[in-house]
Parts: sequence; C-alpha cells; structure tokens
Amino acid sequence: MALADKPKDAHSIAESQLSKIIRVVFMIAFNAGALWFIYQAYSKGFYQIAILLGIIVVFFDVIFSLKKGYPFRWMAFGLAFMLVFVIYPIFFTLYIAFTNYGDGHLLTKEQALVQIENATYLPATGKSYDWTAFKSDNGEYALWLTDRSTGETFLAKPDEEIQATKPGDPGVGEADAKGVPQSIEGYTRLNTLLAAADKQLPNIKFGLAGEEGLSTVQVRSPNEAAELQIRYLYDKEADTLTDQETGRVYYDKEGIFTSTDGRTVQPGFRANIGWKNFINFFTSPALRGPIVRILIWNFIFPLISVVSTFALGVSIAIMYNEKDFPLKKLIRTLLLIPYTIPSVITILIWRGMLNSEFGVINRILNAVIGTAPRWTTEPIWAQIAVLIVNLWLGFPYMMLITSGALQSIPTDMYEAATIDGANSWQKFRSITLPLLLVAVGPLLIASYVFNFNNFGLIYLFIGGGPAIVGASTQAGHTDILISYIYKLAFESGGRGVQYGLASAISVVLFILVGAMTLFQYRFTNMWEEVSENA
Amino acid sequence: MPDNTVIKKSSIKKSRRWSVAIRLIVALLLIAFAIFPVLWMISASFDNSNSLATQSLIPANAGIANYKRLFNKDPNFSFGEIKYWQWLLNSIKVSGISTILSLSITTMAAFAFSRLRFKGRVSILKSILLIQAFPNLLSLVATFALVSNFGNIVSAIGLNTHAGLIMVYMGGSMGMNIWLMKGYLDTIPRAIDESGMLDGASPFEIFWHLLLPLLRPILFVVSILSFIGTYGDFLLARVLLNDSSKYTLMVGLQIFTAGQFDKKWGVFAAGALIGAVPIMLIYFFLQDQIVGGLTAGSVKG
Repeated sequence: MALADKPKDAHSIAESQLSKIIRVVFMIAFNAGALWFIYQAYSKGFYQIAILLGIIVVFFDVIFSLKKGYPFRWMAFGLAFMLVFVIYPIFFTLYIAFTNYGDGHLLTKEQALVQIENATYLPATGKSYDWTAFKSDNGEYALWLTDRSTGETFLAKPDEEIQATKPGDPGVGEADAKGVPQSIEGYTRLNTLLAAADKQLPNIKFGLAGEEGLSTVQVRSPNEAAELQIRYLYDKEADTLTDQETGRVYYDKEGIFTSTDGRTVQPGFRANIGWKNFINFFTSPALRGPIVRILIWNFIFPLISVVSTFALGVSIAIMYNEKDFPLKKLIRTLLLIPYTIPSVITILIWRGMLNSEFGVINRILNAVIGTAPRWTTEPIWAQIAVLIVNLWLGFPYMMLITSGALQSIPTDMYEAATIDGANSWQKFRSITLPLLLVAVGPLLIASYVFNFNNFGLIYLFIGGGPAIVGASTQAGHTDILISYIYKLAFESGGRGVQYGLASAISVVLFILVGAMTLFQYRFTNMWEEVSENA
Repeated sequence: MPDNTVIKKSSIKKSRRWSVAIRLIVALLLIAFAIFPVLWMISASFDNSNSLATQSLIPANAGIANYKRLFNKDPNFSFGEIKYWQWLLNSIKVSGISTILSLSITTMAAFAFSRLRFKGRVSILKSILLIQAFPNLLSLVATFALVSNFGNIVSAIGLNTHAGLIMVYMGGSMGMNIWLMKGYLDTIPRAIDESGMLDGASPFEIFWHLLLPLLRPILFVVSILSFIGTYGDFLLARVLLNDSSKYTLMVGLQIFTAGQFDKKWGVFAAGALIGAVPIMLIYFFLQDQIVGGLTAGSVKG
C-alpha cells in the first residue's frame, strides 16, 4: 500500500508545481493587461470604468494568491463578466436616470469646457493687418499679412503657426509696389476683387490656436484682417463663464451655461438634474398621456398573450393526448413548426402577410368579405394583429410544456371522478386545470415576463405604431416600455435622443420586472431551495 | 342483457370515431394556421417577381432569381448590394464564440458551486439569482453607453465591433447558465468525486477526467440552445452594431423592411428561409432533448 502511494504523491507534487507556474504566468499576464487598460481608461477620463476594472484586478490578485481563494478561482471570470456587463449597467442606468444625458447634453463638463474655451471672437478694435489672399490649386487658402502699426509681414495658413516672412524668402516671390509678394510657391495670388467676393474666406481661421503665445487671424473686411481673441473666460471658483466681447456672465444651469437673460453657450453637458426625469412623467401632459397608455397596454398585452397561447396550447395537448390517436406524432411535429424558426424571421414574414395594402391576409379578406382592417394604421386592429402573431409564435411552447405536465397527472384521479359521475368539462375544471397550473405556473409567469419585454415582436412587426397623436415623443399605440425606451434612446426621429429619460423609464421597468421575477421565485420555492442545498 | 352491452359498446365506438374525425378536422385547421406563414415564405422565395403584391401560393413566375439576388448576381436589382453571406457568417461567428466561451466559463463556476464548499457560496448563488431578475436587456441604454466608452478606451471592443457584442452576450448569459449547469452537475452522484478523491485526484482532475465526460451530452444540448438563442437575438446586435458589413443576420434581415419592403419581398424570403432551415432541422433532430431542457425552466428568447 505504502509503496503504491509513493509514485502517486510524486506525480501530484509535480502537477501542483506545473499548476503553480501556470498560475503565476497567468497572474502576470492578467495584471499587465488589466493595468494597461486601467491606465488607458484613467488617462482618457473614464474613471468609473477604471475603478470597476481596479476592483476586478484586486479580486483576481487576492483569490489567485491566497490559498483560501481557491474555490473562487473557478468562478472568477464568470463573476467578473457579471459585474461588468450586468451589475454595473444596472447602477449606470440609475445614474443616467438622474441626468439629462442626451442630445444637447452628450459631453462631460470637462469635454464641453474644452470646446467652449476654444471659441474665439473677432474684436471690433485691436491689432489689425492689411491682407492679400492666395489660393492653391486644391482650394487651400493662405494670407499675406502686413501689421498696420509696425509694418512687419507674415504668412498665415489654416492650422499652421503664423510665420514672420519677407518677400524673397525661400518659396516666396519678389515684392510688388505695395510690398506684397507676386507669388507664393504652390499658390496663386487672388486679385482684390476676387478675394473680396470669396464667400469662404471670411470664415477661415488662419494660424494655430489653443496654445500660449499663438493666435489666429480672421478676415474682418475687404481691407482689414484682425487677431481673434478667446471669447469665454471660465472662473473655476464661481463656476461661471464671462463673455469677453459682451461682458455677459453665464451660470451653469442644469448642464448648460446660461445667462440671467436666458442666453446659452453651446455645447451643453451631462448634469445631475435630480428627479426631473421622473417628475416629467407625471407633470408633462405630452409625456403623461402616452406613458399611461403604454403602461396599460404593457400589462394587457402579455396577459392576453399568455392566456390565449396557454388556452390553445392546452386544448391541443388534451385533444391529441391519447396514446393511440391517429397521426399523433405527425400532427404534433407540424404544430411545432412556429417554435422552430427564429422569431425575428417569422415576425417579419407576418409583417409582410398583414400588410394593409398588399398582404395576403387582406387580399383574401377583400376577396371573401369585401373589406379588410387597416392593420398598421388603426390602433385597435394593430393591437389585435400583434396578439394574433403572438398567438402563432407562442402556442407551440405552451403545447410542449402542458403535454409534458399532462403525463404526470395520475389516471386514477380521472377514474375516481368518472365513478362519481363527473363529465369531461367537470374533470377538466377540477382536476386537469388546477394540477396543470401548479405544474406550469412558474413557466406561465416567466412567459408573462418575457412578453412584458417582447421588444422583438412589437418593434419588428409594427415599430410600436400607429403613433399616438399629440405625443411629444415617438410613442405608438402598440409600444411597450422597452420599445419606447429604445425609441427615446436610439430612434428619436429627429426629436433628439434622450438617454436620461429612457433610463428613468428603465428604472421603472426594473422595478416592475424585478417584482414579477421575485414573485416567480417565491412561487417555485427557488429561494428556499438554495438554502437547503447548502 | 348481453345484447344491451353490445349496443352500448358499439355506440361508444361510434361516438369515439366521430370525436376522432372532428379532432382530425380541427388538427387540419390548426396545421394550416401553423404552417401557412412558412409555406408563404417558401413560395415567396421562389417567386421571381420579388413582389409582395402579386405573390400567390403557387408562384406564377417560379424560379431561383431571388437566390441569385442574394449573391448580387442580378444587375436589375435596384436596392444596392446585399451582404447576406457576410451577415450569416457574422451571426455564426458571434453566436459560436460567445456560446463556447460562456459555457466554458459557466461550467467551471457551476463546478465550484456544486462540488466545493466555501464561505459565501449560498450568498453568491442567491445574489446571482437576484441579479437575474433584472436582465441586461433592460439596461439597454447603459450597456450602449458602456460599450461606447470601452470603444473610446480601446477601439477593438467598442461599438460596431463583434468583440464588444460577444462580451455583452457572455455577460448576459452568465447567471442563467451558471444555474443551469449547477443543476445538471447536482444530478451527478457525489460518489464519483469521492472515488476520485480517494485516488488522490485534485479538484481539477475530478472536474476534467470524471465529471466533464458525464456532462458532455447535456453540454451539447445546452450549447445548441444557447447558440440558437444568440443567433436569434435582434435588440443588442441592432443597438451595438451600425455598419452594414458588421450586422448579424437578424439585423440584416430587418433592414429589408426599411423602405419598399413589398418590392424586396422575395429576396427577403429567400434570405429568411436560408437563415431558418438549419435551426428548424436542429429542433427536429433534437426535439426530445430540447423539450427536456425546456421544462427545466427556460423560455425561448
């Protein structure tokens, strides 16, 4: 025995040394990669992400170096992925919900200030130059400048430092009577008339701005060019902007610098606006109307869907439940078909079939009864269409799960009921249905939750339409919360994306869906089971 | 007396025959409802006119022109280049990679939860369950902003990259798959581990040599279901990808509906059919296993 053990021990020691080497190599590689990423994130101003990754690095380092951390090594990547892509987005949603993040407020304050501080203006008085314009073959401009007070001459090009240059310098031709060079290499001189008529010229900033001691020059009038000056001065202490040209003072008002008389400085930036997004639902009539409609439909649509698909599914399961029913297998297989095709595809097929003008359904209806509903433009018909398509999509699943559950109902219960003189309906009411509901109840709740967020159906089939008249946002009669969020954030139809508002609605959705799922857990005793398994 | 029972039996037989006949007729109607859209899609794909308005169940102008159009072999087709095969390839790539990575990661995590005993095990399991109540589809805007920020840090994992999309899919499937795989691992008797432990095997050896082979059949089914689920996703792919050569098939098919859907109907149907058939075949071959997996508690996405 002891002899037999020896080689095994040696083997396992060698193995653990190998795994130690692998572990150390892995840790070095992981730390190097992660720290590089954190550095990149930090230096570009993404502090939240840097912190998030920092937490993961510390977590990895602890569990991969301490012996006690061994079990956690097995789940390290899983937990890290959940943290970054599930948990963090939940908190990030909460954060965005309290901001005005969206069109007009897309930047951070730091990014916005960089742009604002780059703004310049052309002072009415100040240092001025005589100018002559040159233009290259590919449409680039250059200015020859003569300082009016000192007579010094310069060559200025856009986005290049202004150079003190004299006629006769390399690449510059000899001067004419006015002291302006006849030619500049690569450019042709524009005559005064042509230059004065040029529409582009007055908008071009010559020279390189942004750094100390550098300045830009812009054409002010046909015979004068002037140095541009920084327009806004930012006072960090007071958090105000002062316009150097007008003396107007701007204050940070919910993510945009605004003066007391209501003028603003673009661009705006992301700012905390408290509960405003939430309060907007209740106070803004243009928002409240649609959101109430959407909420009601959001509860009704999955309810009718679950009830209708369950009813059809159970009926089929019971009708063809007998072991020796002819063609049973074939019937079931054919009825399963809607379930086997990716729903995006079949929803789009239905979209074509229910097209009001050209769709096959309406062509048949028109031929048979002479009239057909406008599925896409009439709210009630649009809702009915959505429910029909969802019945088609959903009944095979219900058929599958209920026929499974039917097998588990003991047959002697039916025999006892028959002896008591119960008819088929009574048997169904008091035996089949209650037992089925217990067996598939959790799946019905899951199906309700799934349809509560059935973005694919609503968006792909009808885009949430038809539009609700008078809504200030893109809201439609078949929209549910998730499709409304999508439209607010990604398909504003020219009304400006509203990430803040969309996230506030997401928070409402979190609460509703979370409550339903927790209810489902209670139903299934999942929660208690975890504790018992411990 | 004996005559009476014979009459009764034959009337029961008769009424049963009637009931079967009625149920068969109902079955016929139900089957018509179930397969009509599919037949309509097949017929549209072979209708050379490519038009929604003139299509009939038996195409008047039958042929494979729509399939040629998918290869961009029809000079008269006026809706620009179709990158159909690129989309199909993208879909297979994204779903394949995220399924394999996600299941490798979650199976290992599930092993720890099922077989190792450590402090915090139950609380972590409960937390995962709690977090699953808030699927990442609901934090759509934040996920979009997160991936967009990632792209500003390292452009290879930002918006409009498959790597970014794959990571989001992986993150979203973690909780559910950990629970699923833990459930399957729990059904494997512990006696198998104990015999391994007596032989001095490390937890990794037990996992790799003893448990993984037993898990292989169920891993196969779960990975196929996971692949199909990702393959059929629309929302996340739509939000995170914006370049038509990066689209997955479902996003690509959706853009057929933008503007004059009725004039591109046949090409769309041909593309939809090619995208659907492999999935249908998988379902029919694995019907029994999939039904088993369904009642374990997952809803089709």
